[in-house]
Amino acid sequence: MAREGILIQRPLERITQQQIEIIHQASLEILQDPGLTCFNKEAAELFQSNGAQVTSHPQGDHPAWRVKIPEKMVAKALETAPKTVKLGARNPDNALIMHGDEPRVCFISGSETNIWLDVEFSTYTKKSDPSKEIQAPEFRPRRGTVADLCKSAHVCEHLETLDGYIRTVNIQDPDITAENKDVNKYFASLNNTTKHVMAGLTSLDQLDNVVRMAEIIVGGKKQLKENPIISFITCLVKSPLQFVEDTTNAYMEMCRRGLPVVVSSAPQAGSTAPITEAGIMAQINAEVLAGITLGQLVNPGTPVLYGSVPVRARMDTLSDSYGAVETSQYNIDCVQMARFYKIPNYSTSGVCDPKIPGQQSSIERLFSDILVTLSGPQYLHCAYGLLDCNSVFCLQQAVLDDAHFKMIKFFLQQPRIDDTAISEALKQIRAVSETPQKIFISYIRKVMRSGQLSAPYPFEGDGKADDVFRLAHERMLELLEKPVRHIDQATTAKIFREVPGILPRLNIYQ
Amino acid sequence: MNEDMIAKLKENVIQGRKTQDDEGIDEDLTGPGVVELTQQALDANIPVAVIIKEGLTAGMQVVGEKFSTKEYFIPDMLASAEAVGAAMDIAKPYLEVSGGSTNGKFAIATVKGDIHDIGKNIVAILLKGAGYEVHDLGIDVPTEKIVEFVRTEKPDYLGLSALLTTTMVVMGEVADALKQAGLREQVKVLIGGAAVSIEYAQEIGADAYCADGFEAIKQMEAFQTA
Repeated sequence: MAREGILIQRPLERITQQQIEIIHQASLEILQDPGLTCFNKEAAELFQSNGAQVTSHPQGDHPAWRVKIPEKMVAKALETAPKTVKLGARNPDNALIMHGDEPRVCFISGSETNIWLDVEFSTYTKKSDPSKEIQAPEFRPRRGTVADLCKSAHVCEHLETLDGYIRTVNIQDPDITAENKDVNKYFASLNNTTKHVMAGLTSLDQLDNVVRMAEIIVGGKKQLKENPIISFITCLVKSPLQFVEDTTNAYMEMCRRGLPVVVSSAPQAGSTAPITEAGIMAQINAEVLAGITLGQLVNPGTPVLYGSVPVRARMDTLSDSYGAVETSQYNIDCVQMARFYKIPNYSTSGVCDPKIPGQQSSIERLFSDILVTLSGPQYLHCAYGLLDCNSVFCLQQAVLDDAHFKMIKFFLQQPRIDDTAISEALKQIRAVSETPQKIFISYIRKVMRSGQLSAPYPFEGDGKADDVFRLAHERMLELLEKPVRHIDQATTAKIFREVPGILPRLNIYQ
Repeated sequence: MNEDMIAKLKENVIQGRKTQDDEGIDEDLTGPGVVELTQQALDANIPVAVIIKEGLTAGMQVVGEKFSTKEYFIPDMLASAEAVGAAMDIAKPYLEVSGGSTNGKFAIATVKGDIHDIGKNIVAILLKGAGYEVHDLGIDVPTEKIVEFVRTEKPDYLGLSALLTTTMVVMGEVADALKQAGLREQVKVLIGGAAVSIEYAQEIGADAYCADGFEAIKQMEAFQTA
């Protein structure tokens, strides 16, 4: 069994088939001229040995190469890249199986923020009427910790609509170093959720330790291939069109391990990509295709996701504007491009610009959540709890997002209109027409208890005050009371014996 | 035996099963519904007062409790009330013979110019289920017809409904017409509907404003205990 996701029967399409072809051709043209600037020698040599035109192209003091990728190399890579990618999970029922040509959406948390937003409620008394009290949230941003990550994974385990877990917060405890960050990040996540865990790597040296940890949990190398409970993200391409040395190195090593990898590109329209939709789409598509091509050259058949995180620049600050309407437009276009190649898409929605939860965050998130979901990406990330352009994570916001996705999922249920349903409805209408009150009471209750009616908004206050956030906070506390299905004691002991660097305080069996 | 029958009646009220064809909430509960059981109880010579008090009213009391704890929703409440209302229609002739009475006579109407009646109908069902003798005069009812009904049928209560701001003024006209006919003191006037408010009720001299059917029942209880 695996999580089913939500199948979009008639996915929203923003661009036509002809426009898809235009973007595809433009991307191929970009890959041939100007090509990419590659700062990684090994990758440049691999491209060259497989037929790309590679020339030395130093950037200041840095050695670099201009790589011009021919069309047939891209075509071959698109052939060997798997069209179905499985992301396993500690609980097999939480596995995700994504078919590149099927618009079935799974909802995932993410991405990694530096800031954790603490929330405390204070009670205030009205000056003109001391009998009246209100509770208001106060927000305190601080650096994220391993304990926060555990807490986040725990709550996300119990969020009904969330299908997989991307670590939400960068762990910055004093005893966390570049050398031990990756093993702690993966262990904290895996030990607190049975859903799929995806993260990026801080240090390539830790790749084998992280993989070993996953192998111990599932019972071996072969079992991990069959049930890849972890996967990796690399922002491989620095826009515009540059393979950075270290991330390229990391990506190639990940491909060699054969575990699923997201080839992510995050150009910003207006600064690191053209401001026009045609321009940013031609560029991001070229960047992702280049990454997929490199991965397939390293290890044909490596499961890759078409990772799209395009965003529009704010014109007043030139910072990312995830709340801009264009950001959703680009993402939908990318979903269509990925489907054109039949490669599962890692897409982005639900991110927003404000620093704290509130009306703007809800409006921006819901706008993109609905639209991007309707386009049918297989792996929709960034949706839960992120604020301030992905730099802040708020657990209460994640709980709110879960409620929003329940509404979206409910909306996407298939209509139950058939001969049987119509016949029953006509019977009711005729019967009620003959009654004095003309109300369909007798026919409501069975449907009401069958789950066929959408639930009221779960955080609705019963007074005149807006209680949404306070009620979401209470819901978060309820979720934290729920049990965690930790990794068992023997497996934990083996992990601590064989994988160096995990903080002793994370061993719950001590 | 009689106790069994009354217990079944109460359970069917709680389930909102008006007749044997209704499914109720618990699928295992089948057999006669409130209407059939009321008739059976009357045929078995169980006193009508016992049927109403220990079967119908006791059942509705449980429904009210379940509603207040959010186990039940409005459709559940209405289904039970509708079942009790139908039972009261059957019980009424027996009640008259035994010298018993309902909780009072309640006339209800949507005023002239307004054809909206969902709220009015819900109030009518709930009040009937609460043991009132409800006379629904319908929609778009002329003021003269309402006054004439009060004169001839002497209801204890008159409920007026209006949804539109353009028709709410007719409520004031009804109150004035009752006053001019010398009938205002013999009937309690309650108003409700989306357009009106407690302030408007005070302005036209109504006895009460009710936001919904449940408030109407509470208000009626308040009138009776006053």
